[in-house]
Amino acid sequence: MAKILVYIDNPTAELKRSSRELVSLAGALGEAVVASPGPFADSTAAELGARSVSTVYLPDSDALGGYLVGPKAAFLAEAAKASGAAAVLLENSFDGKEIAARLGIKLTAGVITDVVGIDEALTATKSVLAGSYTVQAKVTTPVAVFTVKANSVEISEPAGGSAPGSVTVPVPEATAGAARITGRTEKPASGRPDLGEARVVVAGGRGVDGDFGPVEELADALGGAVGASRAATDAGWIEHSAQIGQTGKTVSPQLYISAGISGAIQQKAGMQTAKVIVAVNKDAESPVFEIADFGVVGDLFQVLPQAAAEIRKRKGQA
Amino acid sequence: MDESTLKIVVLVKHVPDAQFDRHLSGPDSRTDRSESILSELDEYALEAALQLSEARGGEAAGNRVIALTMGPAGAANAVKKSLQIGAGEGVHLSDEALAGSDAAATSLALAAAIRHLGEVDLVLTGMASTDGETSLVPAQLAERLGLPQVTFASTLEVKDGTVTARRDGDSHSELIEAPLPALVSVTDQVNEPRYPNFKGIMAAKKKTITTLSLADIGVDAGSVGSAGSWTTVLAAQPRPPREQGVIITDEGDAGIKLADFLAARKLI
Ligand SMILES: Cc1cc2nc3c(=O)[nH]c(=O)nc-3n(C[C@H](O)[C@H](O)[C@H](O)COP(=O)(O)OP(=O)(O)OC[C@H]3O[C@@H](n4cnc5c(N)ncnc54)[C@H](O)[C@@H]3O)c2cc1C
Repeated sequence: MAKILVYIDNPTAELKRSSRELVSLAGALGEAVVASPGPFADSTAAELGARSVSTVYLPDSDALGGYLVGPKAAFLAEAAKASGAAAVLLENSFDGKEIAARLGIKLTAGVITDVVGIDEALTATKSVLAGSYTVQAKVTTPVAVFTVKANSVEISEPAGGSAPGSVTVPVPEATAGAARITGRTEKPASGRPDLGEARVVVAGGRGVDGDFGPVEELADALGGAVGASRAATDAGWIEHSAQIGQTGKTVSPQLYISAGISGAIQQKAGMQTAKVIVAVNKDAESPVFEIADFGVVGDLFQVLPQAAAEIRKRKGQA
Repeated sequence: MDESTLKIVVLVKHVPDAQFDRHLSGPDSRTDRSESILSELDEYALEAALQLSEARGGEAAGNRVIALTMGPAGAANAVKKSLQIGAGEGVHLSDEALAGSDAAATSLALAAAIRHLGEVDLVLTGMASTDGETSLVPAQLAERLGLPQVTFASTLEVKDGTVTARRDGDSHSELIEAPLPALVSVTDQVNEPRYPNFKGIMAAKKKTITTLSLADIGVDAGSVGSAGSWTTVLAAQPRPPREQGVIITDEGDAGIKLADFLAARKLI
């Protein structure tokens, strides 16, 4: 069975949903193996074993965390060669795509990004031009590299298995001359799910007029993440990292609730592959209604709190 | 004024205007480029280059800002627009054999074109093209040129041969440092791009656009285009238009109806 190598960038933390998805996908396509820039916590290693991961590849240096993508790609290339993997899977984040990009050149391997599905023949499905087309694409080189969007793969039940063995691979390239991370400022944790992989996203735009309270309240009632249009992030009402769209995040949640957002093309680019779209906007002519499965022409300051209260009531949390 | 002068190559791309419907066409599903403009994300890279140059005395002091594009004849418009905005020189890599290039083939050709331009201090790009949206080319270019990459910079400084940038992530923001020469991609947070003014448009008429072929940069036609690509598109389907949803007007109970809808879709 072909080996499918999954890259997991944050070994110290609990597995992210997207990592579980990638491991599930790898297991469905072949024998799942994992590469990571540092050793896993025991509980995480145990979970990987239970998810049928046979081997974990680790670098012979612990310095990779201090650098941007270059040295990580060099390590991953060595891990890919050592494992003989037919395909390498990464998450579809900025970092994931860039590591994939450099890896592709190092391995002479084609790279396909924004993938939402891969079949046994390693044909990938993705959407292009801001979600207006779905394409099937294939890598024509012996090794294939894919970055896979979160929420694209069903997470399979752990089958049980012992903790994976580990193999150390040399990181050949000196980190000299690479881009270094010289400072890091943590942002306060919101306690909400990660926007990139949340099942529910509630997003606010200029219409919230500086007050994200109703948006946050509805997101919390649904256990979702909070997003925003660029008008809202530019106004400084919310973190730039909450921006959805062409120059922000692309999300494909089960449910996207858009409130006080007009639905400009750059905003749609980041959310129109959501399964269900709900829009609340006081202007009936707003383009966002063209893509909404359910739309409310109304004032978000009325509609959102009422919906949040009703949802809490139905969940028995009133 | 800052000490040393800079030679900066800015990658600019001619892309279909996102304001219009965009299409894939032909047997190999290429992007139809008939309604095309300078990718707005590249304007931020050009602005960053101009600001770095101006802070060092501009062209008069020996700084150079070169706009480079790759693409069919129409792509020269992206370079022309860049010259009007303020780039000093324009280079258009154009060759029929380039058609159908994926990111790997594109980065191969661009790397050769940049080497052809001699030593450069900085290669600046936008955060993604607004059409291909893969974000692969800058990183692959850095790999091929052996340059450190500082990508998604939301602030940018160059001092004493070092690039410093801020990169905003989800849970944290990072300060990144790399020695020159380096490849830097900038986000739309990095600056406010200027518009071409009358003076700039007139000045651009005197600037020349150098056209390069693959032979000029020593690249074999078989290593680019569809033949040199490592990925291939098998099929493309337009996304079915989203079915017109139910639109209601709030009569005081829309929040309840919204909850009803979510419950019916098993979303609560
Ligand atoms: C290079 C570039 C990149 C961009 N990238 C992005 C991107 O990534 N993401 C993005 O979102 N935008 C992006 N934009 C900006 C985009 O073009 C729009 O300007 C932006 O999305 C508008 O945000 P908005 O819908 O919140 O504001 P507006 O367009 O001003 O819409 C506000 C809406 O709120 C409604 N409203 C007001 N009050 C209420 C109320 N009380 N209740 C209900 N509704 C109300 C109004 O009817 C209106 O429809 C980009 C632009 C450029 C040029």
